[in-house]
Amino acid sequence: MNFASYGFAAFLAVTVVLYYSVLRRFQWQLLLAASVVFYAFSGWGNLVFISVTVVTTYITGVKIQGIPKTGENKPKRRRLLICCMVLNFGILAVVKFLDAAAPNFVLTLGISFYTFQTMGYIIDCYRGKEAERRFFRFALFAMFFPQLIQGPISRHGDLSATLYGPHKFNPQNFAEGATRVLWGFFKKLVIADRLLPAVGTLTEDPQAFGGVYVLLAIFLYAITLYADFTGGIDITIGIARGLGIRVKENFDMPFYSKNIAEYWRRWHITMGTWFKDYLFYPISTSKPMLRFMKFVKRTCGDYAGRRAPVYACTLILWFLTGLWHGMTWNFVAWGLANGIAIIISQELTPLYNRFHRRFGLKGTRGWNAFEVFRMFWIMNFIRSFDIYEGVGETFKAWGSIVARPNISGFSLLGLGPDTADYVVAAIGVAMMILTGVVMRRMKTKEIPPFRHFAICAGLAFVIVVFGAYGFGYDATSFIYNQF
Amino acid sequence: MEKLIKIMDTVRSGVDYMAHTALIDDGVLDSFDIVSLIAELSDAYDIQIPAEEIVPENFNSAALLQAMINRLADNP
Repeated sequence: MNFASYGFAAFLAVTVVLYYSVLRRFQWQLLLAASVVFYAFSGWGNLVFISVTVVTTYITGVKIQGIPKTGENKPKRRRLLICCMVLNFGILAVVKFLDAAAPNFVLTLGISFYTFQTMGYIIDCYRGKEAERRFFRFALFAMFFPQLIQGPISRHGDLSATLYGPHKFNPQNFAEGATRVLWGFFKKLVIADRLLPAVGTLTEDPQAFGGVYVLLAIFLYAITLYADFTGGIDITIGIARGLGIRVKENFDMPFYSKNIAEYWRRWHITMGTWFKDYLFYPISTSKPMLRFMKFVKRTCGDYAGRRAPVYACTLILWFLTGLWHGMTWNFVAWGLANGIAIIISQELTPLYNRFHRRFGLKGTRGWNAFEVFRMFWIMNFIRSFDIYEGVGETFKAWGSIVARPNISGFSLLGLGPDTADYVVAAIGVAMMILTGVVMRRMKTKEIPPFRHFAICAGLAFVIVVFGAYGFGYDATSFIYNQF
Repeated sequence: MEKLIKIMDTVRSGVDYMAHTALIDDGVLDSFDIVSLIAELSDAYDIQIPAEEIVPENFNSAALLQAMINRLADNP
């Protein structure tokens, strides 16, 4: 079930009404039932996949907790953990591999997200955190419908604090949630869905749209992806908020980042922290890696020894992050490009420091703007592996920017959207930027519910008038649904 | 504590480790520093620092680090 569909709107309305009508101790059971219904609508086969993950993870969690964490029991606990992870990551790998071979044939909705969420949970259990002993409560943690299809990837400790209620109807929560949901739809329907056809046209035929059009394609894709993904997350967080449930933020204005490491701390935050906590640190501080560090220090000196294991782990991490997005060479190249860019950025740091000591530009408004601009375009180029058909096509597209810029024949028209679409999307982007700045300044300042409802009415009006939906449009799925 | 501060200085110098209480939250130590620090601490104190201990609550200050080291040394 797509968030941007009438079916979902009806489903959500019924769920919310029932949620606040039933006895409060039954609220979480109702949410579980709603989550099962939501998932069943995406296909009964999907329910089988997620059920396997829920059952195996639940049983493993309880079993691990039942074994004391003492020395002689360690192998037993580790065996259980490994079995559960091999099974579930195995399912994910097979599904992803088959999807790469025959797109949309077997890909189950949100499998990357719920697999990572449940595997994070089981690793936490292994590390000593308390397992959820009640099966249906655990099932709700794994299947909570607003975050099932595109995250965020929640931690059990965070989500369970508010997931099971009870929740009395709170006008403030409801108003904040409704505003956030409509803001998400605004980003999706007014910005992303208006510009997406242009991205499709520009990347389908890179021969016809080389040169300056490549810059346009990756620029529009940056806006579209941001509006689409953050819009989806806004809807998720907003729905949860309306139900009294707190879900972690997944973005922190990433396009204001000044370097690539900072960008990845602010974009898809829950995925980044997942990889850092469950992969990067365990590998980079493992005994073999520490031995490798000492070996490099002995043979190549302190500088190389300090960097070698971190760089090796950075490349492993980004290779796997690429595979998480899809088992294609495009995503492998995308992942490695990110890893290499981070390493280059790290290696250039002393040079930048010398430059700043010499010229004293660091922290000035102009230099900050330059760094943000530079970061935006570096990420746009890396992201272009995501939109062209193959890695070769991506490099050819880059080459065409220099080889045949074609600036004189440039036109925005004829790419799908018309002038009105571009104007509406541009105003939408301006509103998105402005709102981001205002929200950052307001920080935690609370807006009273009546003002929220006024904002909701305004947003609903704008979406109805300017949204890309209804006759002549086909609201596309959220881009991250495919992961 | 003196031994720890010396080790921290070799990993990243120029930081007032006695005063700073948000080494991770403020981005004073990055992932390179943390991995190097763990390698040095493992050697110096003959301890193993498991991944679940690598959290800001243990790395935000020298005092917190010392507490973690003592705990891991007492309960290997």
